[in-house]
Amino acid sequence: MDITSASQLLELCTERDQDLAQVVAEYEAFRSNTSCEEVRKQMRETLKVMRAAVENGIQDKGERTHIITGYGHLFNEASREGRVLGGSLFHNVILYALAVGQYNAGLGRIVACPTAGACGVVPGAMLAVAEEVGSSDEELIEALLVMGGVGIVSASQGPISGAEAGCQSECGVASAMAAGAIVHLMGGSGEQVFGAASLALQSHLGLVCDPLASLVEVPCVTRNATSATTAVVAANMALAGIPGVIPYDETVVAMKQIGKAMPESLRETSMGGLAASPTGKRLYKEMREKYRL
Amino acid sequence: MPMARIGLFDVVGPIMVGPSSSHTAGAVRLGLATRRILGKDVTKAQVTLHGSFAATYWGHRTDVALIAGLLGMAMDDERIPHALEIAEEAGLEYTFEHGDLGDVHPNSVRIQAEGSEDKVVIAGASVGGGRINIFEVNGFDVGVDGTYTTLMTMHRDEPGVIAEVTKVLAIHGINIAFLDVSRKTRGSKALLLAETDDLIPDLALQHVMRIPGVIVVRILPRF
Repeated sequence: MDITSASQLLELCTERDQDLAQVVAEYEAFRSNTSCEEVRKQMRETLKVMRAAVENGIQDKGERTHIITGYGHLFNEASREGRVLGGSLFHNVILYALAVGQYNAGLGRIVACPTAGACGVVPGAMLAVAEEVGSSDEELIEALLVMGGVGIVSASQGPISGAEAGCQSECGVASAMAAGAIVHLMGGSGEQVFGAASLALQSHLGLVCDPLASLVEVPCVTRNATSATTAVVAANMALAGIPGVIPYDETVVAMKQIGKAMPESLRETSMGGLAASPTGKRLYKEMREKYRL
Repeated sequence: MPMARIGLFDVVGPIMVGPSSSHTAGAVRLGLATRRILGKDVTKAQVTLHGSFAATYWGHRTDVALIAGLLGMAMDDERIPHALEIAEEAGLEYTFEHGDLGDVHPNSVRIQAEGSEDKVVIAGASVGGGRINIFEVNGFDVGVDGTYTTLMTMHRDEPGVIAEVTKVLAIHGINIAFLDVSRKTRGSKALLLAETDDLIPDLALQHVMRIPGVIVVRILPRF
């Protein structure tokens, strides 16, 4: 049993008359020589770490970060005081993603999903949606399996690292994983899952990795929040019957090609883009002086 | 080695202390692998950072992460941020320098680690998502990624030693998935790495230690 593409994964679902979550669980059980029950148990542990990171990140006031200052905490205050737009879903997607991104930047314990730099996207989108629609943990775990399935087909066909293909391959893929999983949680079809994933990734194509001062702070943490909201937007469009048009597998290959065309300065070297802006350079210089590098 | 299938928890994971899976989590594992190959507490370490490791080590706390690993911490250990203080308390002396390790992965490092009796030099790379590849141990070219329980021996390069080692593993019902043997010159010291499908019990370790010609034996658990 092998999963290397979305089309193959969907074929397996038809052949076996199983849903996406079950096929992913069986694939992993087969691959790591364990049972589906064990796979779900490990996913439950993963969910626990995601939730703890959200809670800890909201408390985090930026003691261990260098440029950013407790973004989850700031947003939580603003949300409680009614200073920001939107309802509870919109608030929570932004809040949870910021909190986890902040916590990661401050050396907190997180789930890399698919990478540490993008670790706020999936918990931001999925935990907020699950709360909004009142999903049980069991339902959420099934959706997390689907999320992982989108990740497996992405990593099988394209790079998952800013150094290789820019942020499109980190926050972009995370957004696709979350979008697909939300569609599953909402009862959408397998085709809609990958339609949503494709729409989410399409919105990230070309996105470079240009962090200031080689820190995982700016623009990484706020981008986790925008990529999480994009996941919800993409899921909503797919649920409404809007197609991805370009199949997910082809979108991943396009992402890979775009990554190859990206100059090295825009692939996690902190030498181009925002990192090379006057403010970016000034902040880097300040860091070097402050920490005597 | 054939390309491994992507695992569910490769993309939904690892559970780790931030901020970077390749520059932080992978670095912790490289440090931990070094400690396990040494087989004892590390008292002194000289670290040479290459390429992207050298360029971003400060922002991604690669230094802290490597020391955390050398202290025996796993990549999700919440003491990682305090590794430098803990190293001071534990009496671990260390130095960091930038250097060119040649035509290797951009996230590569060479670590010379000393314990109370022994010394090892390893070189390895963090290849993404917290995965690592140790490509050199004491000057021998190897390839270990920590996904299998691995038996390592340093032994005299003479007929029958490898056969005896694999026989001991067979007697204990341990299946070898990958076997890697190398030496520098004929008749000198050689290195064997057996990546296995099964756990290696202490008894097997003791049996291997008694094989004539075997000088050092280590078990590197999956990590």
